[in-house]
Amino acid sequence: MLPASFDYHRATSVADALGMLGSLGDEAKILAGGHSLIPALKLRLSKPAHLIDLNAIPELRSITRQNGHIVVGAMATHTAVQTSDIVRSAVPFIADLAGSIGDASVRNRGTIGGVIAHADPRADYPAALLAADATVVLTSKSGSRNVKADDFFVDMFTTALAEGELVTEIHFPALAKGTGASYQKFSHPASRYAIVGCAARVTVEGGVCKNVRVAFTGLTEKAFRDNGVESALEGKPANEATIQAAALLAAKSIEVTGDSFADEAYRRHIATVQARKALLAAVAAATK
Amino acid sequence: MSTVVGKPIRRVEDKRFITGQGRYTDDIKLHGMTYAVIIRSPYAHARIKSIDASAALKIKGVVAVFTGKDIEADGMGGIPTGWQVNLINGETMREPKHPILCTDKVRHVGDGVAVVIAEDLAIAEDAAELVQVNYEPLPAVAQVRDALAANAPKVHDELPDNLAFDWNIGDKEKTDAAFATAHHVTTLEFYNQRLVPNAIEPRSAIGHYEEGRDFYTLYTSTQNPHLIRLLMSAFVLQLPEHKVRVVGSDVGGGFGSKIFHYAEEALVTWASKKIKRPIKWTAARSESFVTDAHGRDHQTTVSMAFDKDGKILGLRGHTIAGMGAYLSTFAPAVPTYLHGTLLQGLYTTPAIYYKVDAVFTHTTAVDAYRGAGRPEATYLLERLMDTAAREMKIDPAELRFKNFIPPFDGVTQPGYQTQVALQYDSGNYAPTLHKALEIIDYKNFRKRQEEARKNGKFIGIGFSTFVEACGIAPSAVVGSLGARAGLYESAIVRVQPTGKVSVYTGSHSHGQGHETTFAQIVADSFGIPMEDVEIVHGDTEQIPFGMGTYGSRSLAVGGSAIMKSIDKIKEKGAKIAAHLLEANEADLVFAEGKWTVKGTDKSIPFQQVALTAYVPHNYPAGLEPGLDFSSFYDPLNFTFPFGAHIAEVEVEAETGEVKVTRYVSVDDVGTIINPMIVEGQLHGGIAQGIGQALYEGAFYDESGQLLQGTYMDYTMPRADNLPMFEHSTTVTPCPHNPLGAKGAGEAGTIASTPTIVNAIVDALSHLGVSNLEMPCTPARVWSAIQTAKGN
Repeated sequence: MLPASFDYHRATSVADALGMLGSLGDEAKILAGGHSLIPALKLRLSKPAHLIDLNAIPELRSITRQNGHIVVGAMATHTAVQTSDIVRSAVPFIADLAGSIGDASVRNRGTIGGVIAHADPRADYPAALLAADATVVLTSKSGSRNVKADDFFVDMFTTALAEGELVTEIHFPALAKGTGASYQKFSHPASRYAIVGCAARVTVEGGVCKNVRVAFTGLTEKAFRDNGVESALEGKPANEATIQAAALLAAKSIEVTGDSFADEAYRRHIATVQARKALLAAVAAATK
Repeated sequence: MSTVVGKPIRRVEDKRFITGQGRYTDDIKLHGMTYAVIIRSPYAHARIKSIDASAALKIKGVVAVFTGKDIEADGMGGIPTGWQVNLINGETMREPKHPILCTDKVRHVGDGVAVVIAEDLAIAEDAAELVQVNYEPLPAVAQVRDALAANAPKVHDELPDNLAFDWNIGDKEKTDAAFATAHHVTTLEFYNQRLVPNAIEPRSAIGHYEEGRDFYTLYTSTQNPHLIRLLMSAFVLQLPEHKVRVVGSDVGGGFGSKIFHYAEEALVTWASKKIKRPIKWTAARSESFVTDAHGRDHQTTVSMAFDKDGKILGLRGHTIAGMGAYLSTFAPAVPTYLHGTLLQGLYTTPAIYYKVDAVFTHTTAVDAYRGAGRPEATYLLERLMDTAAREMKIDPAELRFKNFIPPFDGVTQPGYQTQVALQYDSGNYAPTLHKALEIIDYKNFRKRQEEARKNGKFIGIGFSTFVEACGIAPSAVVGSLGARAGLYESAIVRVQPTGKVSVYTGSHSHGQGHETTFAQIVADSFGIPMEDVEIVHGDTEQIPFGMGTYGSRSLAVGGSAIMKSIDKIKEKGAKIAAHLLEANEADLVFAEGKWTVKGTDKSIPFQQVALTAYVPHNYPAGLEPGLDFSSFYDPLNFTFPFGAHIAEVEVEAETGEVKVTRYVSVDDVGTIINPMIVEGQLHGGIAQGIGQALYEGAFYDESGQLLQGTYMDYTMPRADNLPMFEHSTTVTPCPHNPLGAKGAGEAGTIASTPTIVNAIVDALSHLGVSNLEMPCTPARVWSAIQTAKGN
């Protein structure tokens, strides 16, 4: 199957891409890694008149450490994130997550910016950005603005991106000593997308859990933070019993979408399992 | 003396496949080629109210748009089925027309309604979007269990209901009597789910009509070029067969799905004459999902009766078998003669009765898929055996040993006459199970299982002992059962003047390695190196009328045809050699590539005899020149490979995930020509069967939409899902063919599915789980555990 015809534009800088986006407007689609967009084009589910390719913009591929934050360029591939020493040392669970996405060919082309801008409800990164308290940098001709992950994911395939804006960077706060995080997913065996993915970040101080952040992907129309689980563990001793009790509250307050592979009851159950695994791993990392 | 037969020779064809030099149908480019896109129904059942192609025809580069009405106007026939199974009451099989393109109604998602032909594929796809088809959607019936309900929507208006045919086998009275005396009856009810074949190479067809010589060529990705030529020429397009050439070049897998004659083959051939240019059509993967004939789709209820010692007294059951919307080429044979006749298994069951209702639904056609009927038969038998063993508290291995048919070699002892028509050729079943039990260390398993359970770990073991029917098939026998074709095989062995040998076989490899196995046989027969042998297949202009490759028949039937030609060559060669050696033919022996006068050192090599045959200056009087023989081999019986497979699984209780931790197979496929190829066939087959048990399934919703229509939802087994396979063999030669070979292509698929499901049920049996629906996904396994626990 072949896509409907489109004009191809290769941007060589962010300014270049923004210029194209400005002149081509909503007739244009941004091409990052292409692992979601290209199949949609081939199935003709998407028929943009123009594609703006960001793959020739080196500045969007950088991964650096700035003022206690890890700054990941939007076009960093999953392999780049997985193998980055900077990511590995400061937010190791993000490197592990990147290494768990799809297969090698997906990881070699797919990008973090592409994933979050697409906002597939089954994608891995959104839950991790929420748990990590990450910030997304959106850039337009009039400058850049920072949006907290909490505010970025709006709905299924919908984000806070405004017209004329590109995702340019993702900032992860480096995990301080005493803070640990983990992402645990249960994958669909065919697509290897998350049936349920749970990201958890916990600070353990004097044996007590603090600043607990727990987020899920795969359960509903978008990734979300689970306040029920978070508050059940906040201020509680960091042990298996409290973690198990908190994990059992997973997804209690949301509507879960089931399908023929995993119905609602199963997804809810797996959410409690993944929550427990993620919290246990996060606490273990925090107290290491 | 054997030099290559029996050795694990690497496949000679693999070099071109793995270096990108294979030549598949879609690789072919002809001068003036055009490209076709077929417009397919998005509905399972709808009336076609109108088709408007005017906008599409305005696109630059569009050559033509044809609809079913254009084809009908030319008087073309429908796609025929190759097997007729009449109803129990004597009524003729209901065989509604399967149009090349639909005219009045569509009957499954993917049914073709129009074709757009253009200068290139992109233009054709653009134009196809502009063809306006106005459908009136109608209610559909998608599940086999609903097809015979009084209020079910009818798939074919001209039929009284959705029954294609019904069929039975065995002795009902005797079987009912056996059940009446039973000490124990085990009953199972399950759905053997639909599978999508998923050959790595999608189907592709190029039609090429040459006006100058009034000649048609069809290049197609097929398992049997001659059968396609016959069906298409004689029944669909009414073309003179000698004016039609069908070429199946390299074929990237089929698993049965490329046996059948498909509408697209007839469509491109017909349309090529209309536009007087070649036309290529290649399925997109999403088209493959809804147009390649699916496999299985059996809704089954079956019971087995036992005496108090565990001896089987009888088997009876009923299957509603899905045919899909139309009867595909071999479809009627699959739930009947390839399924009902296998229900003896390798047990002494003295009474069997089985009934099948074959039904139409608004779904993609169902036909032979690796194993074709035998996996369904083996699944029901082996699930019954493990379930009965548990219910009767008899060890599952012991229950099988109690019931095995005693050994018979088919030479000094007669074949085994089953209760369901077949006569097994040779069998020695117990050793395969003994060997498998030893390899997997069964005697220590139950202790390990108990310990694991104490630690909250659920491990289980599953068995499958099976016999299958391969090497199809004696033409007269299948003819009496409704086949509309013979099932012999052909071969030309052509010795060239330099002693090199070309073999033209009617078998058609779609991944089996014929170029290696057949060359091994020929090389050893003539005492020449394998490099001196070329195997040619797939082109009806080159090969004699052949029946193709399916049903694990290539070596047993195709190889035997080659052996017949080899024998003729040796016989004639001896005459030439005797003349050159001035000896009596009776005094010659052929060995190590030469004819030798017994008791002397006088000999003459094969190559010199070959040259003499073509340069007959000094030649036996009255003997024709040349060394080139054609043969047809019609087998005397099916062949009956068998084996014992055992798997160990670990079930993650919390999530329902299943991991296959060990897989032991002991197969008897008769005499083995190339053990590496046999092992490869077993590996692939086992993986495919595990795919059905754990991952694969094509399910339709109530409106007839396929729910798993892409690789995002349809789960294929992957290498990291599978354990290392522990494969070994026993050898019980086939007594009725010259090679002693039985066939190895389907055994793995037939055996492995029940092996895995039995193992999962065993792992959970202490909780009270007794049955699981396939595929055994984590959600289903978890849910079964919850139900058993009363949650």
